[in-house]
Amino acid sequence: MKLRTRAIAVSAALLLPGTALTACAGTADNSSSSGDSGGEVTLALVAYSTPQAAYEQLIAAFQKTDAGKKVKFTQSYGASGDQSRAVASGLKADIVAFSLEPDITRLVTAKLVDASWNSDQYKGMITDSVAVIGTRKGNPKNLKTWDDLAKPGVQVLTPNPFTSGGAKWNILAGYGAKSKKGTDPQAGATYLDALFHNVPVQDNSGRASLQTFTSGKGDAFISYENEALFAQKNGQAVDYTVPDDTILIENPIAVTSNSAHPTEAKAFLDFLHTPAAQKIYAENGYRPVVKDAGGPSFPNPSGLFTIGDLGGWSKVNKELFDPGQSVMASIEQKLGVSTSAAPSPAASKK
Amino acid sequence: MAKYPLRILALVYLLFLLVLPVGLVVWRTFDKGLGRIVDVLTSPNFTHAFAVTLSVSVWAVLANTVFGVGTAILLVRHRFPGKRLLGALIDLPLAVSPVVVGLALILVYGKFAPAGGWLEDHGLQIIFSLPGMVLATIFVSLPLVVRAIVPVLEEMGDEQEQAAHTLGASRWQSFRRITVPGIRAALGYGVVLCLARALGEYGAVAVVSGRLVGQTQTATLYVEERYQNYDQTAAFTTATALALIAIVILLITKLLRPKEND
Amino acid sequence: MTATVVKPTGSGTSPGPAGPVFRKRRPVGTALGLGTAVLYLSLIVLIPLAAVVWRSTEGGWDTFWAAVRTPDAWAALELTVGASLVVALINVVMGTVIAWVLVRDKFWGKSIVDTLIDLPFALPTIVAGLVLLALYGTNSPLHINIAYTRLSVGVALLFVTLPFVVRTVQPVLKELDRDMEQAAYSLGASPFTTFRRIILPNLAPAMISGAGLAFTRAIAEYGSTNLLTGSIPFETQVSAVNIFGRIESDDTTAAAAISTVLLVVAFIVLIVLDLFQRWSARRG
Repeated sequence: MKLRTRAIAVSAALLLPGTALTACAGTADNSSSSGDSGGEVTLALVAYSTPQAAYEQLIAAFQKTDAGKKVKFTQSYGASGDQSRAVASGLKADIVAFSLEPDITRLVTAKLVDASWNSDQYKGMITDSVAVIGTRKGNPKNLKTWDDLAKPGVQVLTPNPFTSGGAKWNILAGYGAKSKKGTDPQAGATYLDALFHNVPVQDNSGRASLQTFTSGKGDAFISYENEALFAQKNGQAVDYTVPDDTILIENPIAVTSNSAHPTEAKAFLDFLHTPAAQKIYAENGYRPVVKDAGGPSFPNPSGLFTIGDLGGWSKVNKELFDPGQSVMASIEQKLGVSTSAAPSPAASKK
Repeated sequence: MAKYPLRILALVYLLFLLVLPVGLVVWRTFDKGLGRIVDVLTSPNFTHAFAVTLSVSVWAVLANTVFGVGTAILLVRHRFPGKRLLGALIDLPLAVSPVVVGLALILVYGKFAPAGGWLEDHGLQIIFSLPGMVLATIFVSLPLVVRAIVPVLEEMGDEQEQAAHTLGASRWQSFRRITVPGIRAALGYGVVLCLARALGEYGAVAVVSGRLVGQTQTATLYVEERYQNYDQTAAFTTATALALIAIVILLITKLLRPKEND
Repeated sequence: MTATVVKPTGSGTSPGPAGPVFRKRRPVGTALGLGTAVLYLSLIVLIPLAAVVWRSTEGGWDTFWAAVRTPDAWAALELTVGASLVVALINVVMGTVIAWVLVRDKFWGKSIVDTLIDLPFALPTIVAGLVLLALYGTNSPLHINIAYTRLSVGVALLFVTLPFVVRTVQPVLKELDRDMEQAAYSLGASPFTTFRRIILPNLAPAMISGAGLAFTRAIAEYGSTNLLTGSIPFETQVSAVNIFGRIESDDTTAAAAISTVLLVVAFIVLIVLDLFQRWSARRG
């Protein structure tokens, strides 16, 4: 009897904070956010995996401003494509920040983001970066160019483009360089084929791929400049080279159309475009979109090109990344890697 | 029979598989000094993670305890066709991979599923929210209380309860004063096992959580996320905390275990 | 499930109180208790699992089979089942050895060891992965680096399945009547012969049962494998990780198909175990 009474008492004692927590968490309502007691607003930020450290600082800085004083945040980070699909499947979000535009386009199609999200002067982008070639500290194997990565015996890490937005940027960088900005698609496709024969592991996100590299696997990795900087900042023994020909990575951000607090969400977005916020991005390794934001400066590759130079995302997605029929799909099928969205009856005919 | 070689074999195996790995992580936690550990322990994300873990686990344990006691009595004291089937079905969760648990719940309670969609329209979000985490945790720890109580109930026999009934005790009184004290230790054992399983759940909650830092991020998910952000101290500290909790739970179960095992 | 009418079972035995009775205000019988239990079970376990199997059949047998036979999914299944078999066999040997030492041997700290055996039950799998990575990964103080190898899959599975055979064999070993052993010794049998002919047959059912449980646990494993093995498709990726990837990519039909295969394998093993136990119980 005593044990039972004690158990009940203990459960009650535990339940009370538990219930309080559940009530405060309050995600059990129809709007994107909750906790509106006393003018306090909670915004849900759903972002890709790499900028977590940056957003933690940005949120803290925003909360020091007048607009941000009464705003609290929930944050979710993960692979860009997966996060985008999660929002489409019901993950509540007020602000979505992904690593590439198609992950926002998916939400526009799902009527979760307005079609006018990118009609501002920045075309909806919040930060830039470039694709770089990362190596062990001191670059012992002297891997500096896209050609170096396709040499036999070299092991390169880059994520699976069908689950990771980052992987698409990585692939487009090499493709764009070797195909002379898309004018010679065949050369580009040949290069990608050679490159992927050197990829032993395709992780499902950029961060996972970096993790695999720092755990000892591979000779080089392709990633964003900011990821390589993040690794260095956290004491990892990596170096990186910015190739002369590389792609400008543009990261989009948007407010969702079903946000319960559009004003506050827009205010946060406006804050992120201020020089002060862009400086914080820069300190975390992201290239600002706003001129003269201050903070560290970044090297300018001579052969920098953009997704626009390659024909835009629709063209690129169709020719290179269509899960059923495309350059990458055939490469992956040859390697036997899943291209996910398709039920891959073609693969089983191998 | 070959006493020493066997003993050494067993102990060496356990040393390299169990003791050294856990010991190393505990050791490495203190690598960067107590200051960093205190930083981690007091950081809001750490405390939130444990708060989420605790609240989810408490709900799951409560639900499974009520279910467990009731179903154990049902299985032992009542007769009905399909009893063995029910027993087998209760054991199902033990055979299911945690990732499959998450998938199963998404297919029924996700936004695009009939049940889930209806619930969301009426204001209750299950997947990507705490209720989904609780459901997942209930699923994986469901059989534990039942299995702990059933053998003891069987052994107990119902003569005392029958006697109480003939003396005029109501069902509730008979339950409270005879059944419960009889299964006390087994109940405690089952509850603690259930709690351990709930606290440690990782795979199923990883699928249904939505990774909301501070909201649906349990301690186990926090370990993973911190490790992925190169915050080894936080990952190891949390891991050590969870390991210590596990060891404490082990000691409690040892005390409560119905049969003497030594 | 069939709801049942409370049968009059003669004097003296009244339908006892069902669990939830103290939360409801009306009198309850077997039917209500059973109904509640079944409802709880259905809402949380049965319907969701049925949904997985149902979803896997969406698109017909061809789609199901195509999803399962996708090269990386099939490789993961082969690795998962294969590694789990090997691990189950290792556990049969080592589990019995450990159980033997715990029951028959005496040394300082034995009860501590006995308690520690259950640690893999209580430890979260992600923590298990982390501790194994610490000792057997890149920064291993023992300079043993098995990260990203198939061996690491085995080590992770050995960790999480450690208690199973030990805990099924231990009680049987304890209850074992030593008279037969003594008789065998006195007749001149060597310890090994005694073990092989007298003890082992008595332990075999428990060993097999424990191995079956270990196997079922191993094929389901997810959390401990990611960190140490790197989950490299075709090399070190187990099915649970493969399924997780499919879920994240919104390929739920394929995820459901592979999950159904895992479920079927687990059920077959458990049914075989159950039949075996009943058969061996009949043999006495």
